[in-house]
Amino acid sequence: MTRRLPRKDVVVVGLGWTGSILSYELCRAGLDVVAIERGPWRDTASDFNIGTAPDELRYAIRHELFLQPAQDTVTARNTPDQRALPIRTWGSFLPGNGVGGAGVHWNGHTWRFLPTDHNLRTHLISRYGESFLPENSLIQDWPMTYDELEPYHDQFEKVAGISGKAGNIKGTIQEGGNPFEGWRENEYPTPPLTMGYAQQLFIDGARKLGLHPFPKPSANLSVPYTNSYGVRMAPCTYCGFCERFGCANYSKASPQTCVLPVLVRQPGFEARTRCEVVKVELSADRKRATGVTYVDADGQMWEQPADIVLLCGYQFWNVRLMLISGIGTPYDPRTGEGVVGRNYCYQTSSGVTAFFDNVNFNNFAGAGSLGANLDDYNGDVFDHGPHGFVGGGGISNAVTNARPILFHPTPPGTPSWGSAWKREVKNWTNRVTSVGSQGSSYPYRDCFLDLDPTYKDRLGRPLLRMTFDYKPNEIRMAKFMADRCEEIARAMGASRIVRNDRGPGWSVVPYQTTHNTGGAVMGTDPGTSALNRYLQSWDVHNVFVFGASAFPQNAGYNPTGMVGALAYWGAAAIRDRYLANPGPLV
Amino acid sequence: MSNPTSRRMLLAGVAFAAFTPVLGRTIRDRLPWRDGEAYPPASVRDGPWLFFTPEEAAMVEAIADRLIPADDLGPGGKDAGCAVFADRQLAGPYGRAEGWYMEGPFPSDPLPTQGRQTPDTPAQVWRKGLAALEAHCRASLGGRGFTQLSGDEQDTLLRAVQANQVHLEGISSTLFFSQALQTVMEGFFADPIYGGNRDMVGWKLVDFPGVRYDYRDVLAHPNEPYRLPPVSIMGRPDWRGQVQP
Repeated sequence: MTRRLPRKDVVVVGLGWTGSILSYELCRAGLDVVAIERGPWRDTASDFNIGTAPDELRYAIRHELFLQPAQDTVTARNTPDQRALPIRTWGSFLPGNGVGGAGVHWNGHTWRFLPTDHNLRTHLISRYGESFLPENSLIQDWPMTYDELEPYHDQFEKVAGISGKAGNIKGTIQEGGNPFEGWRENEYPTPPLTMGYAQQLFIDGARKLGLHPFPKPSANLSVPYTNSYGVRMAPCTYCGFCERFGCANYSKASPQTCVLPVLVRQPGFEARTRCEVVKVELSADRKRATGVTYVDADGQMWEQPADIVLLCGYQFWNVRLMLISGIGTPYDPRTGEGVVGRNYCYQTSSGVTAFFDNVNFNNFAGAGSLGANLDDYNGDVFDHGPHGFVGGGGISNAVTNARPILFHPTPPGTPSWGSAWKREVKNWTNRVTSVGSQGSSYPYRDCFLDLDPTYKDRLGRPLLRMTFDYKPNEIRMAKFMADRCEEIARAMGASRIVRNDRGPGWSVVPYQTTHNTGGAVMGTDPGTSALNRYLQSWDVHNVFVFGASAFPQNAGYNPTGMVGALAYWGAAAIRDRYLANPGPLV
Repeated sequence: MSNPTSRRMLLAGVAFAAFTPVLGRTIRDRLPWRDGEAYPPASVRDGPWLFFTPEEAAMVEAIADRLIPADDLGPGGKDAGCAVFADRQLAGPYGRAEGWYMEGPFPSDPLPTQGRQTPDTPAQVWRKGLAALEAHCRASLGGRGFTQLSGDEQDTLLRAVQANQVHLEGISSTLFFSQALQTVMEGFFADPIYGGNRDMVGWKLVDFPGVRYDYRDVLAHPNEPYRLPPVSIMGRPDWRGQVQP
């Protein structure tokens, strides 16, 4: 039997980065907010304690901080004519769970996208003509410009304390920063991390080639910092236990280190953990949400009525909750109609592994965002005319860790076990680094999300089904990027270079990236987007959907900086426009 | 709700969180801190085998010593405790695939891109694989068991299993080999608190300093060798002084 609770102004589904930001901003506007989170409460002192946090087996291999597939997973296939099967233990990506979400165990690379990533379709057509776009591509413009989002990036960066070096302040190019980035009102809140030896070689080598390297903008902070909410953070110690781990130092920006300490003190705020929202409830005319239904850890069902419902889960789960609840029309790849599940994108990585003689990279001394990057080949910074593809990526050298269960590199031809393996592992561990490209991923008509017809979660709900593969445009782009990485590695003085190319046949097994995007995209046309420019459902006006599920396509950057900016953009729209006049904002 | 949820299903879904409390709670007004609250892993203790039979354990030790041999670079997989590590892991939640999605159907012809698609848990893969490997030895290598083969013969056989050139009854050769290699490598490189990587021999092989957690000094001295010995979650053996009564 479902029990009914007293009404709240706002119900927030999922208490990660976007859920905590929206909760705090709306509590400060005087609203009563309840956040419902299906994982446990997590905090630094108890859950990422320095005596237990640096444990590769427990966190990196056994996945303790991630969503457990037994609780929820996705099914996957490469093409619509194949049978999708469930991902039984995570591989290609690692969705988060619990308070803080993936904001607990991310690496902390915090980017803005290029101004031309925002008006991508219009820009590419005006520069190259419509016939230059890939076949069956669904590339779309974002519904807001870079200039419109700039203040909200600034707001997120000041909450997270991002360490970096600006390349363009109010139109003036800054020495040592990224000359291709969009204009910034302000310098980064904190200076860049100390570059390691491998990054020094990368920066010197890239400059010899006439390229423009700069330190990665990092949510691992270089210095102590008090954020714009008054929460104190500590400097990163390059411990080498960042991605897949919580930070014991209070130096990685996360909901725990940046927002929760002030959020819990808001009198209008309440969090319910280990409670899973199973459905958004709609009014009879399906134009308004009346609240959500959730199940608690004892199996009791509850109805939480609310005036506003904010979907703040990870990309997959926002899309699935919309499909299950009937918010928006599901996308049909045969007709191209419908919007929920459309424009699923990922990320297209390639690069090289570089082996050196006579160096001590000390790879164990790393941080999630310790790296140098260059954007000379990102987005549409360079002329694609001669190359026959669209898109690009940042190229970087990063040293995040040398945790030995997962990191024991050997050159090709080395056996995977035995004395010869031992000798090569010992020989190379400290003399290997990578030059890699994190490339864009653009949308196609036959890459999408829908509900699986066979497999169910433990509550009996259909699993989300992914249909995705790397396409010829992305494969050509990845090869071009690996060629560039090879040139840079040679300029760094590598004695042996091994290419990591990207072919068709995306596999669920090796870890690639947790940058899954799209499925509930924002846009200006309800025929091609599920959300309007304020992240508001076109169909159900009191439902707003946050996170990378809103990206029309993915750029050659990590998504969290954009996810944070969109959270502040949406919070402002709700606070300043929607509350006074609830209804469609567009 | 068309699919009523039973309490049993729900608890089954959350009980795999081995370290953290499972009950839901409501948080408001302040962060829910309690004095000394932390969730350390249970330390593996010496003692009888918990998962393997003695015969299986002897095979696992022999396999671990071929995958990571004792040589001039240091101890092998057996002395590193890889079999003890495997035993304790397979007796626990990992061995049972707790937290994995294990609902059927399990089609016999998954795409190569769809990953592991077997109803066998890691413990079952080990148990079936060891039995099938032993049966293969008895049937085709003069009635001898795996542990009675010479090191070279064991290497040859393991290479054939890895390359799917040996048919193992009731289990995929490549699945068994990849499971075995994965578990042994985990045992060699995981924190010693889990029973392997004894005396941090795996970390010493690759100059990994363990859990020191502060390397600002390394960044301040680029390209210089790091000299400090490794530290584990349990500290270092030489830190454990005698406690005076």
